[in-house]
Amino acid sequence: MDRAKIKQELEALAAEGLPEEAPQEVEAAEEGEGEAKAKKKEEEKPRQNGLIETDYNARGFHMDVQVNPDQVFRAAEIIYNEGLTLEAVTGVDWIADKQFEVIYDYSYTGGELLRVVVRARVDRDTPDIPTISEVFSGANWHERETWDLLGINFVGHPQLERFLLPDDADFHPLRKDFTP
Amino acid sequence: MSILAQSELKETFELNIGPQHPATHVVLRFKVVMDGEYIVKAEPVLGYIHRMHEKMGENRTWAQFWPNLSRMDYLSAVAYTHGYAGLVERANGIEVPERAEYLRVIVAELNRIQSHLLWFGVLVMDIGGFTPLLYAFDDREQILDLLESVTGSRLTYCYFRFGGVYNDISDNFITGTRAFIKRLRKAIPMYHDLVSGNAIFMERMKDIGALSPEILRRYGATGPVLRGSGIQFDIRKNEPYSVYPEFDFNIPVYDECDSFARYMVRMDEMLESLRIIEQALDKLPEGPVMAEKVPKILKPPKGDYYFAVEAARGTYSMRAVSDGTNQAYRMKIRSPTYSNLSLFEEASSGMLLADALAFMSSLDLVIPEMDR
Repeated sequence: MDRAKIKQELEALAAEGLPEEAPQEVEAAEEGEGEAKAKKKEEEKPRQNGLIETDYNARGFHMDVQVNPDQVFRAAEIIYNEGLTLEAVTGVDWIADKQFEVIYDYSYTGGELLRVVVRARVDRDTPDIPTISEVFSGANWHERETWDLLGINFVGHPQLERFLLPDDADFHPLRKDFTP
Repeated sequence: MSILAQSELKETFELNIGPQHPATHVVLRFKVVMDGEYIVKAEPVLGYIHRMHEKMGENRTWAQFWPNLSRMDYLSAVAYTHGYAGLVERANGIEVPERAEYLRVIVAELNRIQSHLLWFGVLVMDIGGFTPLLYAFDDREQILDLLESVTGSRLTYCYFRFGGVYNDISDNFITGTRAFIKRLRKAIPMYHDLVSGNAIFMERMKDIGALSPEILRRYGATGPVLRGSGIQFDIRKNEPYSVYPEFDFNIPVYDECDSFARYMVRMDEMLESLRIIEQALDKLPEGPVMAEKVPKILKPPKGDYYFAVEAARGTYSMRAVSDGTNQAYRMKIRSPTYSNLSLFEEASSGMLLADALAFMSSLDLVIPEMDR
């Protein structure tokens, strides 16, 4: 595991997905100052793609990367090649932004601790994101569960069927507009 | 893979195991394609006791979510509440008094031994030996009595609070725990005499269910399953939380990768847990067991928070996404056996059915925890 290499490659990957006119320098300066402050400001306007080194004691992870949905597979490959493991895949329904956020939690089990969070946002009406189950076999169940509960479509998933819910369920309970 | 499973004949049949079956312990189902006695494909079917705890986390306040936690993993409930306490304390910046952290560790380690003792009894019962279960339950009963005296419940503990624990321990608890440490230190060599050296047991466990470090990494397996394959990873050491760095203990690791290695890891872990409890009782500081001035209504700043602990079955972690209100916007619960079982389909292919059930038992499954 080479921490600097992971950071560098993920940073490059996230930068690839940035729109041309993104004002990057201003944000980078803010991140350096106070992590909490920078985070708060970002929350108000949609976050740009990029890598933030977070304060582990305050958040519980070291790196927080936002990429485009079509880049999550490449991100998984970078992380797999460095020997990390996939802890969980989960989704968040940001109904006000009309978006789903898909969050991948990676950690290193071989020694010095490293937790990397990769996130991508998909449109709520067309929630398509590529599967990473070809890289991390364990993602199969996690993605299937995320589809089951949130209705995020993992394109290329081998078995996108009901998992925790009964086979005849026609709803996704973790969506914020779900009413029982 | 067996010769039969590879044969050209391919005369397979489908077999349904569970959801109500003694070998699956709670309600877990396997759809199995068999070739004679050999498994071609065994697909676990989950969800029979799914209760949607994650949704419940979204529609109640932070404090109201406490009772849910211990109902997921009823055997390692203290670790679950520990993870949640750590998560919310991290999000709100609550400091926990040292004595409370010591009490948390003592209770958590007792709970870990309790979980391993039950697993030990059940594992041997799955293989066909009934007697060790009775011995294990006898010892386990002592822990349940101790924990009941301090937490008020026998399985579904709700002992932790944001900022500490709700009840101090008594002198009776301390003497009782010390007596128990002596008792279990005598009992574990007896278990080894009774079970570990048994020829039939070794036949059923050794070289069965080999898991390479590579497959474990692909599936995100953690806990004793990982440590049975030679990987020294334990959240208590690698990502220390609470007051674990203050104790001297080892992480048992076995390199054989088979069911027997996982068995030995858990047996050794019980002894290490005893060491931790003993040191915690010796060093137990005086002071309050609850932080002062913990607000009644918690409103963590916006953002997401992550916290992981070492439960009896592996890495248990929680992610809370807060939108700044008194309820979580999203609560993700990552249960260790969910990832540990996900490798079963790949690993059990080509195994004898009887071996696969022993292998499954060596993964130490708790179904309510997977289904959440």
